[in-house]
Amino acid sequence: MAVGLFTRNILRIIRNIRLGHAIDRSDRKSDRWKHMARLALGQSKMTVRPIAGLLHIIVYVGFVVINIELLEIILDGFLGTHRVLAPYLGSAYDVLISVFEVFALLVIVAVTLFWLRRNALRISRFWKPEMKGWPKKDADYILYIELVLMFLFLTMNASDFWLQQYSQDASYVQAGRFPVSSWITPLFDGMQVSSVILVERIAWWMHIIGIFAFLNYLYYSKHLHILLAFPNTFYANLNPLGRFSHSETVANEVKLMLDPSADPYATPSPTSEPSTFGAADVTDLHRVQLLNAYSCTECGRCTDECPANQTGKKLSPRKIMMDTRDRLESVGKLLNKGLPIDDNTLLDNYVSREELWACTTCNACVEACPISIDPLSIIMDMRQYLVMEQSSAPTELNAMMTNIENNGAPWPFNQQDRLKWSKE
Amino acid sequence: MAEWNQAGKSPEVLFWVGCAGSFDDRSKKITKAFVELLQRANVSFAVLGPEESCSGDPAKRAGNEFLFQMQASTNIKTLNRYSVKKIVTACPHCFNTIKNEYPQLGGTYEVLHHTQFLNHLVEEGRLEIDENTYKGKKITFHDPCYLGRANNEYNAPRSLITKLKAELVEMKSCKEKGLCCGAGGAQMFKDAEKGNKEVNIERTEQALDTNTEVIAAGCPFCNTMLHDGVKNKEKESKVAVMDVAQLLAQTESL
Ligand code: SF4
Ligand code: SF4
Repeated sequence: MAVGLFTRNILRIIRNIRLGHAIDRSDRKSDRWKHMARLALGQSKMTVRPIAGLLHIIVYVGFVVINIELLEIILDGFLGTHRVLAPYLGSAYDVLISVFEVFALLVIVAVTLFWLRRNALRISRFWKPEMKGWPKKDADYILYIELVLMFLFLTMNASDFWLQQYSQDASYVQAGRFPVSSWITPLFDGMQVSSVILVERIAWWMHIIGIFAFLNYLYYSKHLHILLAFPNTFYANLNPLGRFSHSETVANEVKLMLDPSADPYATPSPTSEPSTFGAADVTDLHRVQLLNAYSCTECGRCTDECPANQTGKKLSPRKIMMDTRDRLESVGKLLNKGLPIDDNTLLDNYVSREELWACTTCNACVEACPISIDPLSIIMDMRQYLVMEQSSAPTELNAMMTNIENNGAPWPFNQQDRLKWSKE
Repeated sequence: MAEWNQAGKSPEVLFWVGCAGSFDDRSKKITKAFVELLQRANVSFAVLGPEESCSGDPAKRAGNEFLFQMQASTNIKTLNRYSVKKIVTACPHCFNTIKNEYPQLGGTYEVLHHTQFLNHLVEEGRLEIDENTYKGKKITFHDPCYLGRANNEYNAPRSLITKLKAELVEMKSCKEKGLCCGAGGAQMFKDAEKGNKEVNIERTEQALDTNTEVIAAGCPFCNTMLHDGVKNKEKESKVAVMDVAQLLAQTESL
């Protein structure tokens, strides 16, 4: 059932992402694999901040490694065996379990430190306005769940280890040294064999149920990044950050304007191009932008580097990503019920114009994101909508653009005077 | 450029002056300093003069794709008419736009930022720089967003500063993490949104924290923003804001 729910959620995410228009990122395959390997698998950008980076790598590796143990747990569950792999692997099993246990301990330490950073040190980026409510709770829940899972894992091992020593039942194979959980084992001394068996069973069940529950929690959480970081980095923008998106529709229009003899039908308008300029809602964005929104971990590294945010402006690139996801989710919920999309839009109902116009297009957020999310492209698309569909740029910018139109410079100077400097 | 064309010759490089470099008083000094260096190095160069028009960067970043493409197409026509191959500019915005956004519209050129070009000149031995003027002086470099993050060029300006034998000091946020001066994305042309500080003040504070004697910039807009910042802090007499080209031009010609 857990797997079924999980599949349903994944399918919903895919359906929602496909609400965006297609974008061709099928080029440079080998660069894309490398980018993904470096950033998602190799966590190369996490270590830009060494402490958080190291802790994150511990949790990440720990998570992957300990889930190998899950394989055995599931096998045991289906076969009705106990530690089915132990006899086959012999001393290697001991080593393996020892590694799992050490990682479990490290994860506990790392997660505790993460919690302290968030809640005791109160690092400012975790306390920005967009983190109020669910996002804050979500972040804490994840840490709690991870802690509980690790404790369950160790309790399971500890009680098992005790049973290996004191129970007559031969099915409790001597599986090894249990370097960490053996410290917990003495707690069971003096207890009845049957109650320790109960403890072991409860921990075993809770651990596996917990993992499946966690799997289904992902959909509602920023923790989705553990899966989506991979496709997200694969489909990242690999062009120089300074190259902003190009519009073929506009290119055709301009061609007609500048060359009236051009045949308007000669260049077929490309099908993937949306009919509106820029973006007012999530359906005007492209699919990678929507994938970005689901992948965002809400870590706030982008916002931390944002010059607008640092100087107290309302703009926060993280909020742009969170808003995009929230809006996409609310659209998705309507679709789940078979209802049409409502009149709300990402622009104005979620992201204000004040935020959009505060951006200096400096790319600090894009550079800072550990998984190559591009908040700037969404900001730019919405600006484009404001200017090209609504003609509602700030007045000073309108003046600047009129100047460019009339005299080829953002200031009211005469184009004929462009060489004056050489004579001064 | 028209004159070169009439004479049937072509210069080594086209110097794209940019709007700031043509019209803004502070930036015109950068233009002149760069021209002086080109002449010192015997580089044959041309400018478009009245045929140059805004690259379209501020229009594009403001969201006006249409105006941008009109500007770009007009400029590309001019550049292609003169068969321009190589362009150098002292403005990272023009540099980025022409280099990255013109090719899709039919304008492909080799585009260099002036610090890259100057660095080549020095390395090829065509431009000699005096090592005494700034020897041991503290200089910090402010990365322009559109040179650094946008185009991954962090080295050329720094290499020039080191060649001056100056002591290069780095600010709290530099290179990939360099803090914007606050002018990009067409912010130069409008008031900032409500906040508790101006971006250029924040950046100037970072620069002053290094106890530097000179804040070197590589962009006319950054230059203005930082100069305003230094003025705001009343440090004008102690700390100079200068373009890297101005630094080089102020050394004695050998
Ligand atoms: S590009 Fe815009 S949103 Fe991103 S860091 Fe710079 S100012 Fe902030
Ligand atoms: S966009 Fe990237 S850097 Fe910003 S909060 Fe999301 S994951 Fe973190």
